[in-house]
Amino acid sequence: MMNLTSEAVTIENLRVVRGGREVLPGLSAVVSRGQITGLLGPSGCGKTTLMRSLVGVQRVQGGTVTVLGEPAGSVGLRRRVGYVTQAPSLYDDLTVRENLAFFATVLGAGSDQIARTVALVGLDTHVDSLVGRLSGGQRSRTSLAVALLAEPDLLVLDEPTVGLDPVLRAQLWSTFAELAAGGTALIVSSHVMDEASRCDRLLLMREGQIIADGAPDALLLETGTTDIEAAFLSLVDQEVAA
Amino acid sequence: MSPTITWAVTRRVLTQLRRDPRTIAMMLVVPCVLVTLLWWMFDRDEVMFARLGPPLLAVFPFIVMFLVTSVTTLRERSSGTLERLLSMPVGKLDLLLGYALAFAVVAALQSLLAVGLTVGLLGLDLEGPVWMLAVVAILDAVLGSTLGLFVSAFAQTEFQAVQFMPALVVPQILLCGLIVPRGALPHVLGTVSDLLPLSYAVDAMDRLRASSGVGSDIGVDLVVIVGFVFAAIVLGAATLRRRTA
Repeated sequence: MMNLTSEAVTIENLRVVRGGREVLPGLSAVVSRGQITGLLGPSGCGKTTLMRSLVGVQRVQGGTVTVLGEPAGSVGLRRRVGYVTQAPSLYDDLTVRENLAFFATVLGAGSDQIARTVALVGLDTHVDSLVGRLSGGQRSRTSLAVALLAEPDLLVLDEPTVGLDPVLRAQLWSTFAELAAGGTALIVSSHVMDEASRCDRLLLMREGQIIADGAPDALLLETGTTDIEAAFLSLVDQEVAA
Repeated sequence: MSPTITWAVTRRVLTQLRRDPRTIAMMLVVPCVLVTLLWWMFDRDEVMFARLGPPLLAVFPFIVMFLVTSVTTLRERSSGTLERLLSMPVGKLDLLLGYALAFAVVAALQSLLAVGLTVGLLGLDLEGPVWMLAVVAILDAVLGSTLGLFVSAFAQTEFQAVQFMPALVVPQILLCGLIVPRGALPHVLGTVSDLLPLSYAVDAMDRLRASSGVGSDIGVDLVVIVGFVFAAIVLGAATLRRRTA
């Protein structure tokens, strides 16, 4: 409503230094609404730092990040952006329901939202379990449920499917697709290249730079490869040769 | 600032504490055990017990609450929930006040138990009113918890947090008038003592021990303590950073 363009996120010349190391030397990219954008790249290439910058919890040294028409981290965005960190950020000594109820109060979401998100991530049978007693996959789904509570316009998901069984992974990806169809912008990071085909668009990342940007099919066509992993390797080779 | 969110934080912290009965037991029992130990040490030397009892009723809950809160908020940091909360519409003050309120409830329970035991069972002689002793003890415990909240902002690990106890609490115990009367301290240390919150807590207790009326002196002590409580909350909130490296 505030911004009618299809761009959910615009990043220009983003520069981030962490612990004396330049993690993002000057990255630019655009993320669209109503799409799943996959952020793929090897561990340590700066995916998490980039995501933290979008959410506005990363101290940045330069560049601009515009999210839903406002500077990243603005007060107005705190309800509209959902963020799921790699390690689930939850209270282990509270139950799933208590965790969700607490964050729902903070986000101003109703109790119907708690029921909706619990069903969405398939945790109906575990609402009264202590989070500390859940399996790794259940914990990450609880963490995802928290991010879904306020029906955010932008969802930033850092490796959300790690440690999940194939059935659950497929379920979550179809949930993501539904959310995207409803207009939500999703950014999903992964270092598992085989999840790439689930995305509408891919940003391949290496050493703090976007080395390719496009639909999965287009990337395969461009590199003359049959899977994203091979495409990635071919792009790295091209870069090294150049 | 939002009272709804503050209250949600308070309730959440209290629920978490309830899940940890051992910590609650330690918080409630330890000050009582220490006061009893003091009483036993003086082998019914009622005069000495009457002299040291009230100030130590200020000191023991202060220490216990300081330690617990300085570590508790670190858990919020290491679990990633602090970062998650700060990316949501939470005021920093909501968070700190919520924590302070939750620990104030525990502090009140703890102080009431310790005061009840000291006056009721151990027969502490006191000139001033007992209810005032309870009020001062509760305020001191709240003071300890808010100072703990404040310093936890400067610690990255539990190891660092527990070091604040010898670094910031022991000097206050040394200079609060318990060992050497504040008036008899070297000039510079007397001035330092005037700047430390625990000095006012012990002063208030001393006044209750010595005189029956609740005078304006004790009022000033309490105002200073409450001032330190709010300063610690506000400064604690100011040190929270939404963006981190």
